[in-house]
Amino acid sequence: MALINPKKREVQVKIVYYGPGRGGKTTNLEYINRKFKKRILSEMVTVKTYGDRTLFFDFLPFDMGEIKGHSIKIQLYTVPGQVKYNATRRLVLRGVDGIVFVADSMDLRREMNIRSLQNLKENLESFNKNMLNLPLVMQYNKRDLSEEGIPILPVETLQKDLNSHLKAPYFPASAVSGENVTATMKKIIALTVSSLRKKLE
Amino acid sequence: MDFTIDFTKEQIEAIENVLEEELIELGVQSIILMDLAGNVIVNLDSGETNHDVFSLAALAAGNYGAVSAMANIIGEQEFSLLFHKGEEESIHFSKVVEDLLLLTIFNKNVSLGFLRLKVAEAIKRIQLLV
Ligand SMILES: Nc1nc2c(ncn2[C@@H]2O[C@H](COP(=O)(O)OP(=O)(O)OP(=O)(O)O)[C@@H](O)[C@H]2O)c(=O)[nH]1
Ligand SMILES: [Mg+2]
Repeated sequence: MALINPKKREVQVKIVYYGPGRGGKTTNLEYINRKFKKRILSEMVTVKTYGDRTLFFDFLPFDMGEIKGHSIKIQLYTVPGQVKYNATRRLVLRGVDGIVFVADSMDLRREMNIRSLQNLKENLESFNKNMLNLPLVMQYNKRDLSEEGIPILPVETLQKDLNSHLKAPYFPASAVSGENVTATMKKIIALTVSSLRKKLE
Repeated sequence: MDFTIDFTKEQIEAIENVLEEELIELGVQSIILMDLAGNVIVNLDSGETNHDVFSLAALAAGNYGAVSAMANIIGEQEFSLLFHKGEEESIHFSKVVEDLLLLTIFNKNVSLGFLRLKVAEAIKRIQLLV
């Protein structure tokens, strides 16, 4: 849950990019970091391991301006997607306000997407949180791969696999080209901030 | 379990006073009271430093969580002292209450023994305020 500081009139909102390993979570944040350089006052923090995989998390703070007289600080995080890092994934999920699930559109990754979403559900349950009550946006990443002749899953299949029950807003995207990366971020911020509005009144 | 602790303006001011009296006066460079989600609740500094406190808090929350998980694996509740020593600057972590951490950044002019004593004092006083 967001932290509200009534003295500074500041709200810290935590948004976590979740999804299977190599799905493109870090690439999303790297794109945002480049594109919004002016609004990002500090360096992106990344805790990486051999071969550029996220070991712990990436962290990108982002100033959003004011809502109802409070300055809103958005904190974007990614989790490490590799299955073996579940303990660290759970640490990053602590106090989460909104989630972007970055699914990998590659045919080969179909099972991994489903398993990662199930893992998210279980981890949230361990904090007594229900995925259905949390702001969530689905991103179907790597759509650009079809142009290289690499088989990708149709959006309908991804929707059926991952989103038939959750019915979250979704975006086909390409984190490398930046397509729908900003749209995904704007959507999750809007959902999360609107769920906070009541608290700020 | 949720991690939000809502603070009033009065609480924040009272905590700031405690930290000022116990730690800033001792010569500590920078103090962050934070939750385990990585949120910064109170940040005070002596005016000599300009650290990126939000990134520090995010990393400290992860670090603390990782070390606590290590403690559990070897059958400990927690490690009571978390301390990173540098050439010039060092970082000291303490749990205040469940989910709240106090991070203190100090230089070699402050002795660790004295710092620990003062941190313990400050924590006792903060526990009465939250
Ligand atoms: N073609 C293509 N490649 C992508 C896209 N997004 C990410 N990649 C590539 O996929 C690889 C993995 O991307 P990362 O962003 O590191 O993936 P991650 O989800 O952070 O992975 P973990 O940190 O292991 O969880 C990199 O080589 C990226 O360049 C995309 O939209 N299209
Ligand atoms: Mg990554």
